[in-house]
Amino acid sequence: MTNDIAPAAARPAAGNTPPEAVLTVRDLNVVYRTDPPVHAVKDVSLTLNRGEILGLAGESGCGKSTLAYAVNRLHEWPAEVTSGSVTFHDRDGGDLDLLALRDEELRRFRWAKLSMVFQGAMSALNPVISVRAQLEDVLTTHRPGMSRQERRERCAEVLRLVGVEPRRMHSFPHELSGGMRQRVMIAMALLLDPQVMIMDEPTTALDVLVQRGILREILRLRDRLGFAVVFITHDLPLLLELSDRIAVMLRGEIVEYDTAETIHRRPRHPYTRTLLDSFPSLTGDRGAFLRTGAAARSDAPGEEDAR
Amino acid sequence: MTYFARKIGFYLVALWAALTLNFFIPRMMPGNPVDTLMAKLQQRGGTVDPAARKAYELLLGADRSESLFQQYVSYLGNVLRGDFGVSVSAYPARVSEVIGQSLPWTIVLVGMATLISFALGLLLGTVVGWRRGSWLDSVVPATTVLAAVPYFWLALVLAALLSSTLHWFPLLGGYDVALQLGWNREFISSAVYHGTLPALTIVISSVGGWLLGMRNMMVSTISEDYMLTARAKGLRNRRIMVRYAARNAALPSIAGFATSLGFVVSGSVVTEQVFSYPGVGTRLLQAVQNNDYALMQGIFLVITVAVLGANLLVDLLYGVIDPRTRTSH
Amino acid sequence: MTSVIPPDRALEESPPGTGDGTAALPPTARRRGGRRALLPTWSPKLGIGLGLVVAIALFGLIGPLFTGDPDTIRNIGLTPPSGEHLLGTTQTGQDVLAQLVHATRGSLQIGLLVGVMATALSALFGIIGGYAGGFADEAFSLFSNVMLVIPGLPLVIVISGFVPADQRGSWTIAVVLAITGWAAAARVLRAQTLSLRGRDYVAAARVAGEKPWRVICVEILPNLLPLLASQFVFSVIAAILNEAGLSFLGLGASNSSTLGTMLYFAQNGFALQREAWWWFAPPGVVIAAFGCGLALINFSLDEIINPRLREAGRRRRAAAKAGRDTERVTRSTAA
Repeated sequence: MTNDIAPAAARPAAGNTPPEAVLTVRDLNVVYRTDPPVHAVKDVSLTLNRGEILGLAGESGCGKSTLAYAVNRLHEWPAEVTSGSVTFHDRDGGDLDLLALRDEELRRFRWAKLSMVFQGAMSALNPVISVRAQLEDVLTTHRPGMSRQERRERCAEVLRLVGVEPRRMHSFPHELSGGMRQRVMIAMALLLDPQVMIMDEPTTALDVLVQRGILREILRLRDRLGFAVVFITHDLPLLLELSDRIAVMLRGEIVEYDTAETIHRRPRHPYTRTLLDSFPSLTGDRGAFLRTGAAARSDAPGEEDAR
Repeated sequence: MTYFARKIGFYLVALWAALTLNFFIPRMMPGNPVDTLMAKLQQRGGTVDPAARKAYELLLGADRSESLFQQYVSYLGNVLRGDFGVSVSAYPARVSEVIGQSLPWTIVLVGMATLISFALGLLLGTVVGWRRGSWLDSVVPATTVLAAVPYFWLALVLAALLSSTLHWFPLLGGYDVALQLGWNREFISSAVYHGTLPALTIVISSVGGWLLGMRNMMVSTISEDYMLTARAKGLRNRRIMVRYAARNAALPSIAGFATSLGFVVSGSVVTEQVFSYPGVGTRLLQAVQNNDYALMQGIFLVITVAVLGANLLVDLLYGVIDPRTRTSH
Repeated sequence: MTSVIPPDRALEESPPGTGDGTAALPPTARRRGGRRALLPTWSPKLGIGLGLVVAIALFGLIGPLFTGDPDTIRNIGLTPPSGEHLLGTTQTGQDVLAQLVHATRGSLQIGLLVGVMATALSALFGIIGGYAGGFADEAFSLFSNVMLVIPGLPLVIVISGFVPADQRGSWTIAVVLAITGWAAAARVLRAQTLSLRGRDYVAAARVAGEKPWRVICVEILPNLLPLLASQFVFSVIAAILNEAGLSFLGLGASNSSTLGTMLYFAQNGFALQREAWWWFAPPGVVIAAFGCGLALINFSLDEIINPRLREAGRRRRAAAKAGRDTERVTRSTAA
């Protein structure tokens, strides 16, 4: 149970090559234009490296989702980006200033370079059209040159990638289990081979076993396909196991931003410590971190003493 | 497929309820309709043979020689054979013939008008809901005025404006009476010309309800999570509006079709009367004014069957377009 | 009319966790203790609606004191509006304004009467059925649905046709209209009762052994009030329209004069062909204005019942003017 989440090997970001950024957020501010205005994201700067899993932790309402949506400009009035920049560094070279894209450019950018996986795939999938239609939607819009046969094959391929039988594509969302729907959602996010995937609490609504299966799948796919992940959750212990680096958000600000290991061993901000304590570990055995192996286990009591 | 079985079962129950209601209404009412009817029949020179009297008694319930249950069974038998007796107001025509002549007019008029109004309402509601927050929102209160205007009064006003004053459309009738009934171009164009004003009345009065319902559902639908997914997927706006928002938002309108069709049909009955349109609505009124009880009941049943049939069709369609109905029950 | 939305869908709570403060408005109306939220918030729509309804109600109530006998026949048939007769005269020289005032009163009376009876019937079948569940619910629900699909006005016409004219009083008409007009509201109320019945606090009251009638009156009914009010308003509109239709066909109550009766006489007096607009236009305008006023009031009620509609209204207004609700909610979601 504790060892099944990921092999420690084959981590692109952890290799010897210097990390190469794929997404840079600089001094981003997002304000809800209500009365009084709510400053939901304050001077946030983050760098997402190619192939890296960046965890974004914080309790609900801390602005982490607002931040994630603002990156892709999915925020809606009254939320407004007041200052800052979001730059996407394309694999093929060339930087894109996401906040300056015109509507059509933005539409083409979405999903092709940066896709998303949402919480609770029940409501994130359209209930009245089939899974296949929702997958093919993406291809007909972004790859108009594809033939029907090619589209069908690509959909089957991504479903196989996430461990869903391709024949399930004829199902409607309500005919699938929660875990299956989330896998379909991930398959959909893979369709255009994006460089970044933003996952907003993708496993929160699922039971622990299913959750583990999906997390393992995400790691495996990341290792195989090399996309970077922004993983948003309120479950910091889970992030410790999953991410390369973690940003902890509190009231719209990033209060701590470091590697998972440092955050685990030496959390500096008191809020980080609160978050670490407020959740029982996913495995029920705190400190059983796969990444650091047995060494972490002996550290855990020490950390508790330090408190 | 249990959804379809349940729906068909429901409409059979509704049909039975309507038949039963039709059987009991005259029996619960004061007065003796059979005597009134026979008197009328004699005025028209009809022969009051015992068989005719017996048929009326079955329909209207003055026969004391048989038990209520026996009457009920014979009544159902007669109705299922389409036998409603002889019409007094159109003597010596049979009720079924009178209905047969007027029903196509109503079905075409109300059917076309309802379809146009439904499609138009859904379309406008989609656009108004999609562009919520824009100036289009001011359309919404305006629809309530339309919904609150009585059909027949709108018919009167339209007739006064477009027929009496501007002479654009004929004031009365369903076709040019100088023409022979038939499937030729001249007659059909005359029928379309005469039907425009009544149809316009029905469309204007009913479109607001569809529009408002659709608009409200669009507003609710737009905040659904799958709309966010659709935007994140980089789909084109039109596709999101049609395939994600409208596709879902239309479902309650379609499910609510039954409720609204009742309003439309009720309104149409009176509208026909204003234009002296040769449909069942006008016939129904003539029947009431002439105490032609047999015709009244026949028309009521036919209208009910038509409405139930239309609702059944819509419900079956709903089963096809909402995949959840197929498994969830 | 607007009730084509099955509330069980329209009332779904906002999706959680979109992180977008606007989508997180909670349905405050059904929160216990939030009884103040049951009152509509003031808006121009509500103001205009109330204004129209009150003005027309006063017109019908007080108007008859200032006008003469509506039935007085004069030898000045079909005169257009003048200083003497503000809305002109009918074919037989009756004052249209005096008729209008009395007819408005008649229509309002019957509308209220039917509204009360129909709402009571719909509450009986909808709330009790929805709360009791099981066989009673199935039976009540089937009954409501059957009543709903049988077209109302043709049924009313047939019933009226069998009742001799001299026995057709306003009570008879009101009862017939109520019997044929409660079903849609019952369906809406049932769906909402079903949803309320599943709430924790209702379940708690049931488990605590509260008597069913007490649970209904104390826990469920107060939360249904906005919906009941809106269904009542619909019933009144529908009743006034249907009664007008019936009277226009000459099948209305023989002992009362309503706006429909006026139109009946206008139609039979060939007001249309003689272009006597002052005769047939005012009754329709009064009906439309009253119905429109009630519908506008219903908009405000709808916004209590379905907070998403309210949010859409807010969106349009300048952010600085957003109400206290938004402030509280965004504060709590952004905290």
